[in-house]
Amino acid sequence: MTTTRDPRRPVWQERPSVATQGAKSGTIVVILLIIALPLYSIVLTSLSNQASVNIAGGLVVWPHGVTLSAYKLIAQGGVVGRALVISVLITAVGTAISLTVTILAAYGLSRAHSFGHKTILWFMMITMFFSGGIIPLFLVVSALGGFDQYWALILPSAVSVFNIIVMRAFFMNIASDMIESARIDGAGDWRILWRIVLPTSKAVTAVVALFYGVAYWNSWFNILLFMPADSEKWPLQMVLYTYITQGNPLPGTGTTTIGGFVGSQQIAPLSIQMAVVTLTVLPVLIVYPFVQKHFTKGVLIGAIKG
Amino acid sequence: MSWVARLRRDRTLLLMTVPAGALLLVFGYTPMLGLVMSFQDYDLYDGILHSPWAGISNFQQLFTDPGFWHALGNTLLLFAIQLALAFPVPIALAIMLDSILSRRLRGVIQSVVTLPHFFSMVMVVSIFDQVLGGSGLLDTFLRGHGVVNPPDLMTSAGFFKYLVSIQIIWKESGWNMIVYLAALAAISPSLYEAAAVDGANWRQRTWRITLPGLRPIMVLLLILNLGYALTFGFEQMLIQISAVGPGAADVITTFAYRNGIVQGNYSYGAAAGLFLGVTSVILILSANKAAHLLGEDGLYRR
Repeated sequence: MTTTRDPRRPVWQERPSVATQGAKSGTIVVILLIIALPLYSIVLTSLSNQASVNIAGGLVVWPHGVTLSAYKLIAQGGVVGRALVISVLITAVGTAISLTVTILAAYGLSRAHSFGHKTILWFMMITMFFSGGIIPLFLVVSALGGFDQYWALILPSAVSVFNIIVMRAFFMNIASDMIESARIDGAGDWRILWRIVLPTSKAVTAVVALFYGVAYWNSWFNILLFMPADSEKWPLQMVLYTYITQGNPLPGTGTTTIGGFVGSQQIAPLSIQMAVVTLTVLPVLIVYPFVQKHFTKGVLIGAIKG
Repeated sequence: MSWVARLRRDRTLLLMTVPAGALLLVFGYTPMLGLVMSFQDYDLYDGILHSPWAGISNFQQLFTDPGFWHALGNTLLLFAIQLALAFPVPIALAIMLDSILSRRLRGVIQSVVTLPHFFSMVMVVSIFDQVLGGSGLLDTFLRGHGVVNPPDLMTSAGFFKYLVSIQIIWKESGWNMIVYLAALAAISPSLYEAAAVDGANWRQRTWRITLPGLRPIMVLLLILNLGYALTFGFEQMLIQISAVGPGAADVITTFAYRNGIVQGNYSYGAAAGLFLGVTSVILILSANKAAHLLGEDGLYRR
């Protein structure tokens, strides 16, 4: 053992024993594997040919032959491709609506001593702790004609009061002298929001947009509630639910859990299933790194000031 | 300044809160009003305004329904196991991560463990199915190593109460860890230094400085947990109820959904929903009160 000490270690802290270090490293490796191995294996299986799946007897851990045919089959049309497009559209439109509404409300409630802001805040926060529940919501949305309509997957959950509170906390921290001097120069609230508040709140906006985007992308129960029967209209999560967890064939196509062919090449049914899982996970994996660095800030504000 | 003048001055700000307020009014408050249907014999064609009143008969039926008591008991059981198993994990994870010297390694680990928080419950169950299920990784591995008939953990009713916790630990530990990490960073290093100078070892420092420093956050998260105890795990149960059966997976929310929506007995489902809403509020207020008695802030200050 060397006696040089790591300069990053605080001077008062003793150097842990080799056993402790080893146990810690081992724990870390196990934790990382528990999360990464299933994901790796699922993606790899979606890229594997029938032979590899047969050799593995299930999910593929060691690659033998790599092929894109499962994705080609999905791209040939049918329910998964359409569901993917639907999910992307709902997520995009929903996030745009939610973000706009949230930014406006958060700014509208962020100016100290403004008229009625406490009452409005209470009005909003009550919905965080008490709700009418599923059945009255279902009947309200149905009465408004939302059954089997895409807006029913967006509007009822469009506002997250939690996100409003997170954003409001950020907006309140923006130096008020900057805003006051803009006001003296004759800028109205719209202009202040657009020119001063939003440009200084990019991090929190990114985090809240991610929260909303992920919520729309991931939402499943509202599809079951408002769009249970019409499989032509289903977003991806519902397809995943019926196809993977219920073991049902892909609705409305010849693609079943028995597998399929691209040209003369046979594709393992498991590969198609795992391709569906991969396509569902992929957008999260792509967006995640860009927003991840802002989390600590965003979560902290929400948790401590909330 | 008179209120008229303030109203005029702040009219733009007020206007900005209208879209959110309107959405919450329609999709948050109208359903609350709709709960009066739990005192009716609701009929889809008569609507709330014309359905006949039923007094408290829905609640009488509810409280004598063995299915309801089973769902309530099961909710509490699954929640208690989840609390015992899943609550400490992010704390341990945070303390461990905080002790890693390399910032870079810390960043990598944090990214990986936080990731599953962003997966939907359907995705999580699909992934678990591929690992613990009938022909999943574990099954294949065990068969390859001489186990003749490994159990299918995804369809086992007996194992389900632990499976629920394992899924939550896998999905949420990393995310819940972030808050603890931030709280750890806020503990003054001089406390540790003074303790170390006085001869406190690692275990004593963790017990006397680290954990007390995390206490306010623990209490806060515990209250939030308790407040949502009865609505705990709705999607998680609904997705898996057909695999493990209602005996293992039925909770009050799935009970209300099945009776209310699937079987069209709206008033009965709404009665279960109202029970759920009211007890949740009572739970969260009492948990908060308990926090105040323990000298913590809880959700809000006294």
